[in-house]
Amino acid sequence: MEYVTPEGLRTDGRRPRELRKLGCQLGTLESADGSATCEMGFTKVLAAVFGPRDTAGKLHPDRAVVRCQVATAPFSAGERRRRGKRGPLATEQAATIRETLAENIHLELLPRTQIDLYFHVLQADGGILSTCLNAGMLALADAGIPLKDLVGSCTVGYLESTPLLDLNYIEESGGGPLLPMAYQPNMDKILMLQMDKGKLPVETFEVLATLATEGCRAVTGQIRQSLMNHTKQLAVARGSV
Amino acid sequence: MALLVESTETADWLSLCHAGLSAAGASHLGAPTFVCVGDAIEIDPAQGFLRGHGTHVDPNGALRASVCGVLQRINKLVVVRPLKSRYIAETGDVVVGRVTSIAGRRWKVDLHTRQRAELSLAAVILPGGIQRRRTAEDELNMRGVFKEGDLISAEVQAVRGDGSVNLHTRSARYGLLGEGQALRVVPNLIRRQRAHSHELGELGVSLILGCNGMVWVAPVGGGEGEDEAARRRGNACRVANAVRALGRLCLPIFLGTVMGVVGISVEGGVAVREMGGQAFLERVVEWEAGRRKEMDVD
Repeated sequence: MEYVTPEGLRTDGRRPRELRKLGCQLGTLESADGSATCEMGFTKVLAAVFGPRDTAGKLHPDRAVVRCQVATAPFSAGERRRRGKRGPLATEQAATIRETLAENIHLELLPRTQIDLYFHVLQADGGILSTCLNAGMLALADAGIPLKDLVGSCTVGYLESTPLLDLNYIEESGGGPLLPMAYQPNMDKILMLQMDKGKLPVETFEVLATLATEGCRAVTGQIRQSLMNHTKQLAVARGSV
Repeated sequence: MALLVESTETADWLSLCHAGLSAAGASHLGAPTFVCVGDAIEIDPAQGFLRGHGTHVDPNGALRASVCGVLQRINKLVVVRPLKSRYIAETGDVVVGRVTSIAGRRWKVDLHTRQRAELSLAAVILPGGIQRRRTAEDELNMRGVFKEGDLISAEVQAVRGDGSVNLHTRSARYGLLGEGQALRVVPNLIRRQRAHSHELGELGVSLILGCNGMVWVAPVGGGEGEDEAARRRGNACRVANAVRALGRLCLPIFLGTVMGVVGISVEGGVAVREMGGQAFLERVVEWEAGRRKEMDVD
């Protein structure tokens, strides 16, 4: 299969270094303390934050505990998934998301509490981890939880000797290496970088890492804009602040 | 009976509200500075600064916002106030909560706050109303006062150093809540007022606007027959839906706005069950714009 045409177009008509359309909506769930849906192309994730609240389990006297669950809707992918079994992939993804987002929270300011993060993958078309991280970032900010910085995430891959930004499902199943990255733009710090599948020469890896950083910067730009819009709307509704 | 779904598309109430208020020129904001998480906050190096809530100093020494909200400067103090967050208790707040368990000599209460809230046995009025030392027998009879699952109204007595909350119900105004309905709204919307529990005599409804975002609406009075009781129940639902409408539009909630929304619903002849619909919510926004303009004139 051809992933990049000679004209330099990908299967969905994008250029190799082009992001998919990013959609952010805040406050989508009324019952949660903070919630958001994030869409990257056809991938759609709903994130809900409950907390900081009283711990049900073991409490830490000096910091908050973060818990995370990722659920995938049976109708999210091309083929309907059988209900029930939660695969090891979801558990691993939940752990990655928890570690990454917890790193960005001022946990020490919220002693003896817990923060619960719930993710629901509504549509899966590649880049689930990145979309979850973006949705989680938005939901945490919506919940008014003190954060260290913005976090943006996107995935890069390498197919047919071309670095590709923000892969969709077809490209993800192409067999090339995948690099999901989470990045804090103001601190200029990489929070998370994974390499799934395949091998890469160091020079190519560096090219990909730079591309991923650029992608993440673009994503955080959008995230910031939607957060600012939401804040302004809330302030106008509130009147005097 | 078939369930009627009018539209599966969820309308964005907040944008509706924003559009309505902005168009009427009733945004009613001064010129606040909004900041987003991670934004650098400018400081005058000659004057120095005091780091307040919602800010932190990053490893490079720059002051940054840690929440999205409004930037406030009070002399040297720099604060960022979030527009939506979990309830943070303050002494004297009237709250509505649910008893979750009984532990030793105290009830644990779910207030939707950051840390746990407790109501001590010594902080309630005993059934007889007499003041005396609480004995072991009182401790055994604690379920006779409040049991698990009961909704109560209380006042925040103290917030301890570790953030946990102590409540008290040592007044006739507070205590067990019986028949009625509890609603939950974003706690930041509840405007702090001198009084938070109201008796709406005309309507026959009692309303408690808990600072923690829990609102209690109940019909009160009785003994005048079935029709009168039904009228009060209907009124209670109307008041509850008015609070829901305000909460959905993220408008400030206090007696004035709640009664205003109840007023326009009665005036317009809107049925209680239609108070969540778009047409009515648009009307609410319009009314709120009018109210703010009036405030400007005054």
